Amino acid sequence: MNAVVPAIAVRGLHKSFGHNEVLKGIDFFVDPGQVVCVIGPSGSGKSTLLRCVNRLEEPTSGEVLVEGIDITDPETDLDEVRSRIGMVFQQFNLFPHLSVLKNLTLAQRTVRGRGKEEAIEVARRNLERVGLAEKEAAYPAHLSGGQQQRVAIARALSMDPDMMLFDEPTSALDPELVGDVLGVMKDLAAEGMTMMVVTHEMGFAREVGDKLVFMDGGVVVEEGLPGEVLSNPQHERTQAFLSKVL
Amino acid sequence: MKRTTRRRLVVWGVNLAVVAVVLGFLLAADWKTIHANFWAPGGVSGPDSNWGDLITIGAVNTVKYTAIAFAGGLAFALVLSLMRLSPIATLRWIATAYVEFFRGLPALIVIIFMGFGLPIAIQWTPPGGVVGAGLIALIMVAAAYMSETLRAGIQAVPKGQTEAARSLGMGGTSTTFRVVLPQAFRIVIPPLTNEFVLLIKDTALLSVIGSTFDGRELTTIARDFQTTGGSAQTVTSLVQAALLYLVITIPLTQLVAWQERRQRKATR
Repeated sequence: MNAVVPAIAVRGLHKSFGHNEVLKGIDFFVDPGQVVCVIGPSGSGKSTLLRCVNRLEEPTSGEVLVEGIDITDPETDLDEVRSRIGMVFQQFNLFPHLSVLKNLTLAQRTVRGRGKEEAIEVARRNLERVGLAEKEAAYPAHLSGGQQQRVAIARALSMDPDMMLFDEPTSALDPELVGDVLGVMKDLAAEGMTMMVVTHEMGFAREVGDKLVFMDGGVVVEEGLPGEVLSNPQHERTQAFLSKVL
Repeated sequence: MKRTTRRRLVVWGVNLAVVAVVLGFLLAADWKTIHANFWAPGGVSGPDSNWGDLITIGAVNTVKYTAIAFAGGLAFALVLSLMRLSPIATLRWIATAYVEFFRGLPALIVIIFMGFGLPIAIQWTPPGGVVGAGLIALIMVAAAYMSETLRAGIQAVPKGQTEAARSLGMGGTSTTFRVVLPQAFRIVIPPLTNEFVLLIKDTALLSVIGSTFDGRELTTIARDFQTTGGSAQTVTSLVQAALLYLVITIPLTQLVAWQERRQRKATR
């Protein structure tokens, strides 16, 4: 027996903001090495689900296990778990007061305790990976949105994470810049990175995803192989959504 | 009449009126008396002029006291602002009460209380004597104002910055000091400059509690020269002090404005 511990295991997750219940009992799993894409209309709770995985949002009830560790347990060292989960935001959230290189070395040094030389070396390697080696001295404000997002990905990768969470990583980008970011994400997937991607990029989901989850109204409506869900949706709400976006 | 012509006429009219008022004032003024009272030769020239003490003791001490009060006030303000944003209600409550209390009092009263009241009340004179007590008062008052400025700056840093830092595994303390505060300080440089200039001028309030001969700041010395020296019985020394205040404040505000422009170019 070789029971695989899921990278992410969410069971019976509820999340309310005041009286507004955004997640109404979610079961959700990502296996190691899997790329799981989450789609759904805005307000469906998909970003909230993603943010519950590293507890940027506090779950109201239910279970969130990351590599078998219960992140809602007060005994859990949340910072340690988070340092193994790379997160990429819709708005990039680079540190504007720091150069690109410092953006990549800050957490390596304060969290991983790496020395300056090592941190810079890791940072340069990851900048190269996203094709921005020549931008290490630039400040975020001088980069395009697509470049900023690739730097943000490199920043997350510099922590050597076990998995990556992407929260609509291309939604704030001009259309012509989306391709570069998706390209980096495809490379990552090809290297076997475990990924949870909240996205509106159906092409990416179909091509790269191992599993597609459709959410609406705070519940998982339908899930399955991306090709099947996209071309042959079983549920009425999935059909309605896909007819609008495809 | 064309619109631009009319606007040009209005501008000319205003300029003319201003010139007329100024000229009228200049002609009506009693220059001899003004000169004797505001710029008395005995105070402004010669080896025994007021300039010596005003610059080497007064201006130097004013700058020194401002620096101490600002540094102390800023450090204290940082603590207060973090307390105000703390998840612990007791700390929030204490900081709020402190800020409301000291913002509501005239700095002059706090200075007098610290300078004269404290040594009597608890038999303790702070280092630096009466001036030291006055500086503590300035720090306490300045901190109340600056903590509100800092709090606004901290709250102006987008929430995504904290989220990005925390999701990288950074703890609350390093997130605050490495990510949030550096950005908050950049936001509050203009209002903090304002506080600094206010503080330069507030050091004049220390003149009410007295000090040693060498510990006097600009206003104290100017007041002393109203009774002694070559310009006694005139306000010459105060005019001189006023000029020195401007010599300190104007380059400072220009310097900060220049630095601010430079920084904006780099990071924006």
